Amino acid sequence: MASTSFKDRNLIAVIGDEDSITGLLLAGIGHINEYQKKNFLVVDAKTQVSAIEVAFQEFTERKDIAILLINQHVAEKIRPTVDKYQQAFPALLEIPSKDHPYDPSKDSVLKRVQKLFGD
Amino acid sequence: MSGVGARENVFATRMALTNTKLRLKGAQTGHSLLAKKRDALTTRFRAILKKVDEAKRKMGRVMQLASFSMAEVTYATGDISYLVQEQAKLATFRVKAKQENVSGVVLPAFEVDRVAGSDFNLTGLGRGGQQVLKAKEVYAKAIETLVELASLQTAFTILDEVIRATNRRVNAIEHIVIPRLDNTIKYIISELDEMDREEFFRLKKVQGKKKRDTAARDAAQPAPNDSTTSDDEGAMTDFLSTKDEDVIF
Repeated sequence: MASTSFKDRNLIAVIGDEDSITGLLLAGIGHINEYQKKNFLVVDAKTQVSAIEVAFQEFTERKDIAILLINQHVAEKIRPTVDKYQQAFPALLEIPSKDHPYDPSKDSVLKRVQKLFGD
Repeated sequence: MSGVGARENVFATRMALTNTKLRLKGAQTGHSLLAKKRDALTTRFRAILKKVDEAKRKMGRVMQLASFSMAEVTYATGDISYLVQEQAKLATFRVKAKQENVSGVVLPAFEVDRVAGSDFNLTGLGRGGQQVLKAKEVYAKAIETLVELASLQTAFTILDEVIRATNRRVNAIEHIVIPRLDNTIKYIISELDEMDREEFFRLKKVQGKKKRDTAARDAAQPAPNDSTTSDDEGAMTDFLSTKDEDVIF
């Protein structure tokens, strides 16, 4: 299934807080396509959970995104959706943010790793 | 014996037996091949698992470093987030996917594909330009780690899926297909044996019947037979002396 679709995936998308996004954009991952769609979403204290969900769905359904980065504390807000996400593409990566240090036990992939090592 | 367990719905013929035996052989070959594949994949999977675990922890440290350099930028330059967000137009930092083959499973691996871009050149022109540049590099390094991790994780997800499918197949062949074919073979053999015995018995019976019939005929006709022989003997003696009647056809 993947062999045809992952060739043209070459973007990195981000959902995260302002600082993480700024840093990542500084490195040059920012992209605005012909429909004026950004590949990043800034989440602050006022952002609705539903808006995050919508962005998450949109990024996971877009065909040009290879990797989706999401701040762990943002992922925590939509944890059920994140845990349900099992697709290989785009690869979902939970990253730490400035004020939320990385907690491996919350990562949905690491949880699976732990489970596999457990049994 | 033949009634135990599931079996295929076939007629018990020699041809079906040959066919089923061939299929059993095929199933066994397939089973061993799949088992080999599963082992190869599992080995790979274990290796990746370990790497994923390591890389995740490494990512934690790298991102911490990156956030720190970002803090430096904010300290030196002030808030540049709005500027940066507005300037982002085309991605200069992209990834390229290449594929790797592990026992017939295509695993994608991402590679950093960086176009030397000159965006954000003016950011921090007034002050803190060095910090901005440094942060840019640090973040680029961090993203490289993230990309590496992402390919590992993708491989992990795909392998997990494939291993599960392979496991299902191996188990299905081992516990369903092979026993069923075994049962079918047993059923056909027992049925053929039964037919053999029946045929043998039938032949015996026919022979017995024939024997009995001949015996009965023998028993029914012994008297005339005996008389004829004795007559013959009498006739034999008589042949020379008596004159035959003329035979007219």
